[in-house]
Amino acid sequence: MANYLLRRLAQIVPTLFFVSVLIFGLQQLLPGDPAIALAGEERDPEAIRYLREKFHLDEPLPVRYWYWVSGVLTGDLGNSMRIQKPVTELILQKLPVTIQLASMAMVIALVIGITAGVISAVKKDTWWDYGANIFALWGLSTPNFWLGILLIMLFAVQLGWLPASGYVSPFEDLKANLSAMIMPAFVLGNAIAAVLMRHTRSAMLQVLSSDYVRTARAKGLDERVVVLKHALRNALIPVITLGALEFGTLLSGAVLTEQVFTIPGFGKLIVDAVFNRDYLVVQGVVLFTATVYITLNLLADLAYFMVNPRMRH
Amino acid sequence: MKWFLALGLAAAASVANSQTLRIGLAEDPDILDPTMARTFVGRIVFAGLCDKLFDLDEKLNVVPQLATSYQWSADNKSLTLKLRDGVTFHDGERMDARAVKYNLERHKDMKGSNRRGELAVVSSVEVVDAATVRINLAAPFAPLLAVLTDRAGMMVSPKAAEAAGEKFGANPVCSGPFRFVERIAQDRIVLERFANYWNKGQIHFQRIVYQPIPDATVRLANLRSGQLDFIERVAPSDVPQLRNDTRFKIAKIVEIGYQGITINVGKSDFAQKNPLGKDARVREALDLALDREALVRVAMEGEAQPGNQWVAPGNRYYAKSVPVPKRNLERAKQLLREAGVPNPSFTLMTPTASDAQRMAQVIQAMAKDAGFDVKIQSTEFATALKLSDQGQYEAFLLAWSGRADPDGNLHIFLACKGPLNNSGWCKPEADEAIEKARVTLDPAQRAKLYETVAQNVARDRPIIYLFHRNWLWAHTARLSGLRTVPDGMVRVQGLKMN
Repeated sequence: MANYLLRRLAQIVPTLFFVSVLIFGLQQLLPGDPAIALAGEERDPEAIRYLREKFHLDEPLPVRYWYWVSGVLTGDLGNSMRIQKPVTELILQKLPVTIQLASMAMVIALVIGITAGVISAVKKDTWWDYGANIFALWGLSTPNFWLGILLIMLFAVQLGWLPASGYVSPFEDLKANLSAMIMPAFVLGNAIAAVLMRHTRSAMLQVLSSDYVRTARAKGLDERVVVLKHALRNALIPVITLGALEFGTLLSGAVLTEQVFTIPGFGKLIVDAVFNRDYLVVQGVVLFTATVYITLNLLADLAYFMVNPRMRH
Repeated sequence: MKWFLALGLAAAASVANSQTLRIGLAEDPDILDPTMARTFVGRIVFAGLCDKLFDLDEKLNVVPQLATSYQWSADNKSLTLKLRDGVTFHDGERMDARAVKYNLERHKDMKGSNRRGELAVVSSVEVVDAATVRINLAAPFAPLLAVLTDRAGMMVSPKAAEAAGEKFGANPVCSGPFRFVERIAQDRIVLERFANYWNKGQIHFQRIVYQPIPDATVRLANLRSGQLDFIERVAPSDVPQLRNDTRFKIAKIVEIGYQGITINVGKSDFAQKNPLGKDARVREALDLALDREALVRVAMEGEAQPGNQWVAPGNRYYAKSVPVPKRNLERAKQLLREAGVPNPSFTLMTPTASDAQRMAQVIQAMAKDAGFDVKIQSTEFATALKLSDQGQYEAFLLAWSGRADPDGNLHIFLACKGPLNNSGWCKPEADEAIEKARVTLDPAQRAKLYETVAQNVARDRPIIYLFHRNWLWAHTARLSGLRTVPDGMVRVQGLKMN
């Protein structure tokens, strides 16, 4: 276990180096000139010259990479070129929002997805199964922004039960926070629930037809114990991997959903930064989310150990 | 008893609520430092935060704000301003002649300033006494007063600016009706009433919260659900449904900017490679193929005014002798035949926004009737700006938010040495008139000079001006006191919740 952990940790360093080069390199392929994009409507030549000099835009790429990476190594991700705030501050401002949204969405997805997956596997080829499949198909094929706008129209404009958009910190007003987050979390969770449901169903079907389940049933165990304790636990392995990947994706920002509900998370931050060619923000946020993603993958692998005793050896 | 308590609480909540004005913005502003700022939307926030030396009224007249009066010298090379007495910045510092001198010099000299160009002509600023300041110019400059109604006229606290340096925009200190409280990027900017504001009788809110919501549908949904009291830039297609709802009001006014097609006529060798850039007759044919009324009706739901100059018809500097051309397909086809290209083809670079796309498609269809083959090249904005600055384009569908003085809509684009002269057009007669209009203070003489420019532009068409959009605002019907000024700013003085 310790060996495995060490090996995996050692892999992280070159991976992150590679990711940093990739982020930096890909950014340079973006067309458009950041100085021109930042200089605004008038694009005053003096201001453009100043921006180029200030952000080292005229220097060779390796030099610029070095400026950036040497800052990153000391924990300084630089300043936003557009609003002149430290990138670290922006990340810390958005992180709680994104984590909350991702967590709420994930809880919704897991509850709906796994429940529906188990029910449809256990009740295969019944109306329960068909119903769950229709739900999954609906979840997969409904675009987030469309569902988002529809929910806003219904719950905010027509019924007036929930705010149309915006974000309130849970420390300021928990109730307002939850009512602002529930719609976007549902929209995101709904799509993931559909994916989880499909995977849970197929994994459960496979496990339910395996020998040890048959043995458990032959022993006369209660069907609920067979399904939940013996079958589901094994069937959850691919679902956990998928869940961790989906959670990682959620943490890197749910662009469209955040846009529709005006949730100030990573997605909005990154998209605005790309359009404004705010390089340091893009680089900082992507590097940060890549690190989180890699860590989550590692945690998912460790979770296998916990769930599946065979892998401990 | 419980009921009374509940009613009392509800009433208290509604009073507290009515003291906050919640405004939905179409974009997230950039840095909140008047010297460094560069976006249109940033100016809307400044309208609540930073007072200016002068302001504009509904008819675009320059009216006093921090300066109460002005006097030009006999040679028009210096402007003396009398300042309002008893004005303080949000940090308690005095807003006096020394502060004005500091600010104008900061605008002019600070590294990375975006005001440098607007104040380039200012050679020095003198403090005459505490309430009088003299601005000396290298040459007369007619647009100066108009320039001082915008960010170049905004005054910040010298003490706070010195202390914060480049980071001033993170915590701006001005002398406007509201002081800065907090900003969460892409989420909200919160301002709070400034108790010592010189014109506090006109301020009826305790707080203003600006929320950037880029999607027009979502912005409107927030207004309709009561989350916002006011939204700017309503989508023209949403106007009819709002009009039928008595809970809301729509306010609008024709902008000072314009929408047009900039054509590369000499910026790079692209100009000579296609008939549109090479031959003025082809450009005239394109102009005559367009039906501006129909374009406005279809692409803008009627929420714009057709035009053909850098200022809208009705502006005091609009040249009436150069009227908006009517569609004339026969003449357009004839011109193309004369030019020897009955079916010219060109690429129209277009921003990716849906209204710009719709506009480009209508232009494409109209031009096709005359024989044009227009290829629409939908280009992301930062890329489009670079291609346009490098002259790597044939035609570019571009909007300009506009400046109060016509010079601000004209000089940078069409003067031979204009920094954004991306059409590459340079006509000595027009150039001379543009430069002369800058140094001429008499409006009648300036109008004559602009007429000369308009005639030249109408002949060569380096930019085909199409129309002037309406600024469209929507707000709860309970809000009163809104002034619609063509610069599109939301002035908070006088706004009141009934």
